[in-house]
Amino acid sequence: MTMRIGVVTFPGSLDDRDAARAVRIAGGEAVALWHGDADLHGVDAVVLPGGFSYGDYLRCGAIARFAPVMGPLVDAANGGLPVLGICNGFQVLCESHLLPGALVRNDSLHFVCRDQRLRIESTTTPWTSEYTVGQEIVVPLKNGEGGYVASEAVLDELEGEGRVVARYLELNPNGSRRDIAGISNARGNVVGLMPHPEHAVEALTGPTTDGLGFFTSILKGLVEA
Amino acid sequence: MARVVIDVMLKPEILDPQGKAVEGALGRLGLAGVTSVRQGKSFALEIDGEVDDARLAQIHDLAGSLLSNPVIEDYVIREVTA
Repeated sequence: MTMRIGVVTFPGSLDDRDAARAVRIAGGEAVALWHGDADLHGVDAVVLPGGFSYGDYLRCGAIARFAPVMGPLVDAANGGLPVLGICNGFQVLCESHLLPGALVRNDSLHFVCRDQRLRIESTTTPWTSEYTVGQEIVVPLKNGEGGYVASEAVLDELEGEGRVVARYLELNPNGSRRDIAGISNARGNVVGLMPHPEHAVEALTGPTTDGLGFFTSILKGLVEA
Repeated sequence: MARVVIDVMLKPEILDPQGKAVEGALGRLGLAGVTSVRQGKSFALEIDGEVDDARLAQIHDLAGSLLSNPVIEDYVIREVTA
């Protein structure tokens, strides 16, 4: 049976098409979810894509958090549904308190767009199981408000519990504390990542195909579950 | 018509690169002695009817959830005008 991965479109989402394409390239069925939907259409996992939901007004992700689809999504995530938030999706997950901390304006004040080297730090999440710990990947990164911040206590907890999923290598592009590029919740099913694996799934359009592992991981995990 | 003004500021421990940029500009424009600039937001709500305790409690709830992110920001209700 083909696994069905929902991709939410908010007003202002940009990368929903690429996320859906990445799901299909990995062998899954992408299901379009609308911000106004009252349910998740029975999907097996959800991707919250990048972009500028609601124009990034107020704070990035702050208004999207209250979209109708987020009610059932938060409940399902708390119940164990795998959720991957990329860039703006990571911001939405933090605003929803599914993940700790927050993402603030880049310390450089500049919007940064580059091919970014990362180190995968945790392969125990359903989104990273196909990688190896310490594996280095290169995927695009593009954000203006990607600086990950949290209290020292929260940062220590994330490190201590192995919940730092990916870390920036060579250059910290946005001032993220402890070079953190991605984290998970305590259970591991909810992952937020500032760089964009969905833009690195095909040789024609990406710098690498290193990002595909996020999507093959979830599909393989769901088949085996 | 009531008016409620809510100020939102980044918590002191959160780096404010926008404030830093403004601080630099103020110095370049000749204002001496500025040691810190923090940039915040202000929300002015015009509200039909009276702001009673129940409504003020509702505004507090939303100021602490929608208007500010308590992980990085503090809010104060600066003004309530009946």
